[in-house]
Amino acid sequence: MTDHDNPYDLLAEDHDGGHRWAFGTGFTDPLAGIDTSVPPGVDGAALAGFCLALGDDALIYSHRLQEWLTRMPELEEETAIANIALDLLGQARMLLARAGGILGRTEDQLAFFRAESQFRNVRLAEHADRDFAEVVGRLLIFSSWRLALFHSLPAATDPVLAAIAAKGANELAYHRDYAAQWVIRLGDGTELSHARMQAALDALWPLTPELFLPDASALAHADAGTVGAVLDTVLAAAGLSRPSGATLGPVSGHTGRDGVHTEAMGYILAELQSVARAHPDATW
Amino acid sequence: MVTGAPAGGAATSGEPRAAGGQGAAYAVAAQTPDPELPMLTIADLGILRDVEATAEGVVVTITPTYSGCPAMREIGADVARRLAAAGFGSVTVKMQLAPPWSSDWITAEGRRKLAEAGIAPPSPASGQAGQGVAGGRSPGLAGQGVPGGRSPGLAGRSGPVPVKLSTVPSDIVRCPRCGSLSTRETARFGATACKSLHRCEACGEPFEAVKDI
Repeated sequence: MTDHDNPYDLLAEDHDGGHRWAFGTGFTDPLAGIDTSVPPGVDGAALAGFCLALGDDALIYSHRLQEWLTRMPELEEETAIANIALDLLGQARMLLARAGGILGRTEDQLAFFRAESQFRNVRLAEHADRDFAEVVGRLLIFSSWRLALFHSLPAATDPVLAAIAAKGANELAYHRDYAAQWVIRLGDGTELSHARMQAALDALWPLTPELFLPDASALAHADAGTVGAVLDTVLAAAGLSRPSGATLGPVSGHTGRDGVHTEAMGYILAELQSVARAHPDATW
Repeated sequence: MVTGAPAGGAATSGEPRAAGGQGAAYAVAAQTPDPELPMLTIADLGILRDVEATAEGVVVTITPTYSGCPAMREIGADVARRLAAAGFGSVTVKMQLAPPWSSDWITAEGRRKLAEAGIAPPSPASGQAGQGVAGGRSPGLAGQGVPGGRSPGLAGRSGPVPVKLSTVPSDIVRCPRCGSLSTRETARFGATACKSLHRCEACGEPFEAVKDI
């Protein structure tokens, strides 16, 4: 395997009888061998719904980050965004597999063959960042919130979900710190970088109240005070002010968790799902 | 900390378990290199959790370093291939998520191999990710708490300005080439999920480090 003159020969080589055509392909169940029976006393439908919501947040957010690849200002940020997108995609795969195991569907069926109204992600996840300030500002808000949410999961809920959350928490803390460093660098930088960072926060802030809306179907809630304290610490260090004003409220009482999304969502799904829908029997 | 050597007895919480009494299968599985850190075996890296040989076959349990690690499929296939080549019949590869992998599980031998390859081994990760602003190992928001505010006056700043980051990572990484502690992080993320990029101020060389997690 090591004496190839041309690395493309290695890619073209038959792996596992054609099941695996290149490094990282030949996807298998990310929960292979893990006991995925629903514990007694746990409502399977509620657990599946919650895993779906958390999985959709990660899947859609990861897709939005992937759209930035090749467009980051420096190679280091390119690598950072790729790694963060990969972590979130990994979280999405495990969460969708957990939900799918209960619902009788595969992770691919859930990711590629659901309609927009069936996606349960918060609308912050589908926001299209317009500049680097929005990339890091949104990541700060999202990762701080998701980290608090993962920490608030009662251990008794479901051992599989608890394990996915414990693993993801370490990653989210790292994402949050990366975003916080950039928010401070831009906020405390030049007049221009400060103005653009503040403008980014102003644009993103209307999407944040949805994160803390009461949701009877959720198995855990992020504490608004905990998340607010993290954000305030960063904003204070950056010399930025916490925006106030109008928020993006529910539509007829419905939000992203109910399948009501912004206009952006249809375009995301068109790109995310088109290949799988054109080749429904394909394997990856 | 773990020793990496196969040891009998029950696993203590938080430590990967080496398979006691299943020496042959364990020894074969433990030789599998990590595809992204090929100087380490999966035992060195602490992701080989268990090898159980029964009359029906061998069950290998591995744990991912990161949720999206694309190497898990490769590692599973490689372990199965090696065990098959060594004469073990049916091989099943299982995933285990809890407790989550920590860079603390990289063995002393693994750390030595990393340093030899010019990659700084991780410092001890000081526990769980931060609960809040000052609650944990996360370098950015832990430590000093709320910093003393921004530097005075942005007025008139138009070109590049020096910015004192109050969220500098607190972990000092030793240069694997010259041993100097005078190094700085150049990027929080590297070519794989488990590494960050650094530069040594003493010898001037860039190097990779395995992130503490």
